[in-house]
Amino acid sequence: MKTVNPIPSDQPEEIDYLKLDDIIEKQFNNDKENLIMILQEIQMQYNYIPGPAIEYLAEKLNTPLSQIYGVGTFYKSFSLEPRGKHIISVCRGTACHVRGAEKVLERITESLSIRDGQTTQDGQFTLESVRCIGCCSLGPVIKIDEDIHGLITTDKVKKVLNQYGNGKKSRQDP
Amino acid sequence: MKIQSGKDLETIRREYRKTLYHPDFTKVNIGMASCGLAAGARASYDKAINAFPVRHGIRIWQTGCIGFCQEEPLVEILELGKPRVVYKHLTEDKIYDAIKGYRDGYFDKKLILGQMRDPRCLLEETVDNPVLTVTPLEGIPFIEDIPFYNRQVKIALRNCGYIDPDSIEEYIAREGYSAFMEALFRMEPEEIITIIKESGLRGRGGGGFPTGVKWETCAKHDGERYVICNADEGDPGAYMDRSILEGDPHGVLEGMLIAGLAIGAHQGFVYVRNEYPLAVKRLVKAIKQATDYGLLGENVAGSDFTFNIKISTGAGAFVCGESTALMASLEGKVGRPRAKYIHTVEKGFRNNPSNLNNVETFANIPTIILKGAQWFADMGTAHSKGTKVFSLVGKVNHTGLVEVPMGISLKDIVFDIGNGIPKEKKFKAVQTGGPSGGCIPETLLDLPVDYQRLAEVGSIMGSGGMIVMDEDTCMVDLARYFLDFLKEESCGQCNPCREGIKQMLEILTDICKGKGREGDIDLLEELGTMIQHFSLCGLGTSAPNPVLTTIKYFRDEYEAHIRDKKCPAGVCKALFQYAIDEAACNGCHLCALKCPQAAISGEKKKIHAINQDKCIKCGICYDACKFNAIVIQ
Repeated sequence: MKTVNPIPSDQPEEIDYLKLDDIIEKQFNNDKENLIMILQEIQMQYNYIPGPAIEYLAEKLNTPLSQIYGVGTFYKSFSLEPRGKHIISVCRGTACHVRGAEKVLERITESLSIRDGQTTQDGQFTLESVRCIGCCSLGPVIKIDEDIHGLITTDKVKKVLNQYGNGKKSRQDP
Repeated sequence: MKIQSGKDLETIRREYRKTLYHPDFTKVNIGMASCGLAAGARASYDKAINAFPVRHGIRIWQTGCIGFCQEEPLVEILELGKPRVVYKHLTEDKIYDAIKGYRDGYFDKKLILGQMRDPRCLLEETVDNPVLTVTPLEGIPFIEDIPFYNRQVKIALRNCGYIDPDSIEEYIAREGYSAFMEALFRMEPEEIITIIKESGLRGRGGGGFPTGVKWETCAKHDGERYVICNADEGDPGAYMDRSILEGDPHGVLEGMLIAGLAIGAHQGFVYVRNEYPLAVKRLVKAIKQATDYGLLGENVAGSDFTFNIKISTGAGAFVCGESTALMASLEGKVGRPRAKYIHTVEKGFRNNPSNLNNVETFANIPTIILKGAQWFADMGTAHSKGTKVFSLVGKVNHTGLVEVPMGISLKDIVFDIGNGIPKEKKFKAVQTGGPSGGCIPETLLDLPVDYQRLAEVGSIMGSGGMIVMDEDTCMVDLARYFLDFLKEESCGQCNPCREGIKQMLEILTDICKGKGREGDIDLLEELGTMIQHFSLCGLGTSAPNPVLTTIKYFRDEYEAHIRDKKCPAGVCKALFQYAIDEAACNGCHLCALKCPQAAISGEKKKIHAINQDKCIKCGICYDACKFNAIVIQ
């Protein structure tokens, strides 16, 4: 079970409702069964799922808000809070674990001064631990945005992180 | 064009077999599944494309993964009259030399993994192939002979690494969709089910339920029936489904089509993890291509059979690998399992009869239809037929995907195929079945891999993850790790699982912190047995397995943690410290240079010392020391 905070209220994000209509109606047919994929698409747009979008979705799909909130909080890949520009996913699958993934996670925690699930103050990085990204033979593995870095050792962490962050690789240009 | 008959398929096959065997070009196949990409295959691909535009008579292609993931990026080069050569670790700085060398007849042994004796897949054994007529290179091993491959029989992985996964034509050229055409035009649904039943194929996702029996039961129930493919590969350490979807998506679609025919379904779903974006991309493309050729949609191949496939992505929940939870998730709901008084083959997705099989199961189907039930049943053991794909990972020299006949011993897999443990460390255990499985110790290494035999020792076959562990792995910490995983992933519905796992985890965490008490082991066993008996779904009933098997086979490690307050493997931070072995230290100063806390002091060529107050036990010095002078106390 994931522990979550209530829907944050002070979100400055402008919601483009026409875009939301596009996603809900055109891409996903106004179909409740597509709820998970609709939420994924919204998360792609905003980097997280804004509260007002959940409320709008409930209305559009004629589904109780609680049900959508339930889905949004049950599944690990959804975030109801804004996340950093770059998402660092540290694989904690078994193969990575026995090859020292915990040490890698610790190293990143120290380098960026954030814990698992947190975002750096400058909004550059969010650190998430994930369960197996399927590159087990190259473990320990970390994924930054869409790039997978295999055979990461504790002393390589800094070098990899330095490729990202302010003014470095942007999210759109992996 | 729309395929209307077996003849149309044959025409495409003849035409495109040429692209497989390249009569006019040097063909360079770059392995670009996720593992290849992680090792830098994209940069190699770009470099090769820029260096050799089409007019040079060289075609740069992409393929899936041929399984030896640790040697990625793997690149295969082939040309008429020359053998098919597989190059390893071909990063962007080496790819130019390799291609140029191959063209000029110079083969750099350092870059070569091996040459192929027979590059055809097992479906094409009767087909002529120009590559076969060449004289092999001297001094370069055959891929088929090297220990990683010589025990392997590829059925589910038959096309991975051999074809361009984005090309339906290449799939057809390797006998793709002919099993489906055979089933569509020449077989009754009952005949298909009989073949699958007689083949002895059992579910490859973990449960091991006989696939043919499942199909038969589903076909008996009335209502709109569905075929669902479980591609929610959640077991950490297993990635064969990803590799199949990325390397041979049509193989899975064809298996689903045949299942659709057999049970009388018109709609299929693939439920795939969203952690596998490349697999989703390849599937989307494959479905579009199959639809364009008339192999999916209304009136498939001119017949009156209609079948559509929709992709749904998961959102990161391990429990959604359970059938009822997966179906709830497909309906757009929270993925909570339900009690299975009524099975999903009777009332599943949308309350209709639903047949759920795993990716690898579907990938086996076309070959079984083409080669017959007996051929498949001849492989394996009394209760486990055919082959199984394992992801051999962890502390083992050769990591990758291996497909071997059932019944092979664990020892053969770890020490022959996997070539043993790196850095001359001592083997400790092999973990199978992910968080639902168990740890198998050295004394049981002769165990044949078989559904029953693995269950007898307290583990399960699972989806095929095989994680090798050496003396540096702490079994108590490993048990704690799995419970931590399961605590997060428990859906929270039923008490035994939600509360029981939490309590077990707390006890284990205490033990790892040096706060273990006498009686903890008994308590863990009691709690574990309770959870096994009273949980609602498979996640809960199997959750205590990692703890119970480690207690059974590695009780001494638990006792060392509890009584002596020591972690023999040097993992649990509160229970050990790093120290310098004065006899082994030669004062190279490397550890002091690498220590992030400046906790190591000492002049060059003199014995160093660790300041325990500053040490954070990050282990960098332990990994860095080339003389084994950093020891665990």
